[in-house]
Amino acid sequence: MSTRTPDQSTGTRHPADPLDAHGADPGDVAQGIAPPPAQKRRRRRSSSGDGDRAGWRWATLAWVLTLLFVAPVFWMILTSFHQESDAATSPPSLFAPLSFDNYAAVFDRGASTFLINSAIASGVSTLLVLILAVPAAYALSIRPVEKWTDVMFFFLSTKFLPPIAALLPVYLIVKQIGGLDNIYTLVLLYTAMNMPIAVWMMQSFLAEIPPEILEAAQVDGAGFLRTVWSIVTPMASPGLAATALICFIFSWNEFMFAVNLTATVSATSPIFLVGFISSQGLFLAKLCAAATLVSLPVMIAGFAAQDKLVRGLSLGAVK
Amino acid sequence: MSATATPAPEDQARSGHRSRPPRHELTRAQKWRRRGPLMPALIFTIIVTQLPFLLTIAISTLNWNVLQPGDKNFLGMGNFSSFAGFDNYRTVFTDSRLRDAVLNTMVLTVSVVLISMMLGLMLAILLDRKFPGRGLARTLLIAPFLVMPVASALIWKHALYNPDYGLFNGTLNWVWQLFGAEEGPVIDYVSTFPMPAVIAALVWQWTPFMMLILLAGLQSQPGDVLEAAKIDRASGMQTFRFITLPHLRRYIELSILLGSIYVLQTFDAIFTITQGGPGSATTNLPYEIYLTLFRKFEYGEAAAAGVVVVIGSIVVATFALRVISSLFSEEHQR
Repeated sequence: MSTRTPDQSTGTRHPADPLDAHGADPGDVAQGIAPPPAQKRRRRRSSSGDGDRAGWRWATLAWVLTLLFVAPVFWMILTSFHQESDAATSPPSLFAPLSFDNYAAVFDRGASTFLINSAIASGVSTLLVLILAVPAAYALSIRPVEKWTDVMFFFLSTKFLPPIAALLPVYLIVKQIGGLDNIYTLVLLYTAMNMPIAVWMMQSFLAEIPPEILEAAQVDGAGFLRTVWSIVTPMASPGLAATALICFIFSWNEFMFAVNLTATVSATSPIFLVGFISSQGLFLAKLCAAATLVSLPVMIAGFAAQDKLVRGLSLGAVK
Repeated sequence: MSATATPAPEDQARSGHRSRPPRHELTRAQKWRRRGPLMPALIFTIIVTQLPFLLTIAISTLNWNVLQPGDKNFLGMGNFSSFAGFDNYRTVFTDSRLRDAVLNTMVLTVSVVLISMMLGLMLAILLDRKFPGRGLARTLLIAPFLVMPVASALIWKHALYNPDYGLFNGTLNWVWQLFGAEEGPVIDYVSTFPMPAVIAALVWQWTPFMMLILLAGLQSQPGDVLEAAKIDRASGMQTFRFITLPHLRRYIELSILLGSIYVLQTFDAIFTITQGGPGSATTNLPYEIYLTLFRKFEYGEAAAAGVVVVIGSIVVATFALRVISSLFSEEHQR
C-alpha cells in the first residue's frame, strides 16, 4: 500500500480489490435505461440500487454536508482577506474588497519568530523521533526481540497517560535546570510525545518488507547498519514520510507544554495566536489571517498526504 | 504494561508475522545485539515519560503551596512545609470543583466521541459511493482536522459564536432581514450554552478523523461479499446491517478508542473558548489541574489530581489496549 501512487478516487483501497474490477451495474441494462458514462461509473458501487435519481440525491446530500462542514474554514480564510470594518459586520459581508493587508500586519507583529520556533521544535523533534524510532521498529519487526509485543504495548501505554499529569514535575525540573523558555525543552518533550506513534507506525511499515529481501541481504553479509541504511530505509521511505508528517503535525499543533514552558523567546505559533487576542483587543480579520497562516503548513502537508494520514492517525492499525 | 497485553496472540502473531525456520535458541550476545537498536528509543521514552510520573506521586504526598513563605526550590527538598500523607487525595475526592471536573470530562469526552463518530460514519457512507467531485469533497472534509486546534477554537469563539458579529448570529440576522425584520436574535452562545458550544467545536474538529478511519474500513470491505449480497437481492439496508456493520465493528472500536484518548486530554479548546467557565461549567480535568497549578499554586493537590487522572487513564487503557491488541494480532495474522 505504501508504495502505491496516491489515487483519490480509489482512496485506500487495494488495487487488486475486486470492487474495482467489476463492471457497470447490471441493473442499468435490466431497467432499459441508457445512462450517460459518468452516471454509469457512479452507480457501480451504489448499494441501494434504487436508480439514478437516488444517486444524485445522495451526491447532493454529500456535497451539501461537505460544504456546511468546511464553511468555518472558508469563513476564516475569506475573513482573513477582508478589512476589519467588513469583518465585524452583521449580517456577514461576503463580497467586501479583498487584500493582503492583514497578513502584512500579522508579520509586522512578529509572526515570523513564532513560526521559526514552531519549525525548529517540530522539525528537530521529528528528526530525532525518526532517528530513534526506525532502529527500534527494526528491532520490533524485522528481527524481533523477545516479547516484542509487550514492548509495543509499553510504548502505546505511554500515549494513554495524560501529559497534564506530568506537567508539574516537568515544569519543576525544567525550571531547576534553567530550561524554561528554551526551544530545545520543547524539542525533547515533543520527541517523547511522538515516539510511541512513530514506533507503532514504523513497525507496521517495516513488517511489510518481504522477508526474502532481508534474508538475501543477510546472505550477502550485510550487517545491521548496512541493512537499515541500504534496504530498510529506502523500502520504507513512504512510511517514513508518513510518520514524519504525523509527528510534525502533532508537534506543530501542541499547545499545553508550549503555553506553560515558554514565554517570549521560544514561544511557538499557537502561543502567538493566543497572545494575539489578549494583548491587542480583538481584531477579527487579523486573527483570521494569523490562524490561517499558522494552519497553512499542516493543511498543505495533510492534503498532500491524505491517504497516509489515515494509517498514521490509527497508528498503522488501519490500512 | 505486559499485564494488559493479551498473552495468547503473541506467538500466533509472531509466527504469522514473520515465518522463520525453526527458532533456534539465541545466545546472550545475540539477544543483546537484537535489543541494541531498540534501547535508545526505549530508554529515552522511559526517562522522559515515566520519571515525571514518579515525581508526581512523590509530590502528591506533600503539603506544598508555592504562595506560602519558605517554599523556594524543589530539588533541594527543603521546599515543602510538611508531609501530607493522603490529605491531598482526600481533598481531590471531596473537592466539589474536582468532582465537577470529572463529570465535565466525562460528558465532554463521551458526547464528542459519540457525536463525531455518528457524523463521521454518515459522511464516510456518503463518501464511499462514487459521485462527481468525491475526491475533492474528501479533501475538503479533512480540513477541520488540519486547522491548528488553538486556531479553530479561536475561530469558533470569535468568528462564529460572537454575539455581535459572529457568523451564526450574522446568518440568523440575514435570514430575519429577508423576512423583513429589523434585526435577528442575538444569542451569546458561549455564555448561554457553554458546554454545547465547546462540544460543537470539538465535534467539528474530530469528525474528519472518525470519517477517515471509518471510510478506510468501508473501502476495505471484500467486494465479492457485497456482490453476493447484491445477487441475493439484499436491500441496501440489509447489506449495511448484516455485512457492512459487522465488518466496520473493529474500525468503529478503533475510532472510539483513539478519539477518547485525544478528547480526554482536551486542553486547548477549554483554555481558549470558555476558560473553564462560566464558573466551572466547562472545566475538565486537564484544565482543572492547570488551574490548581498555575492559579492556586497548590502543587501537592495538583499532583494528587494528576495521579488520580493517571489511574483513571490506566483503567481505561487496560480495556482499550485489549481492543487494540485484537486489531494488532489480526493484522499480523494475515
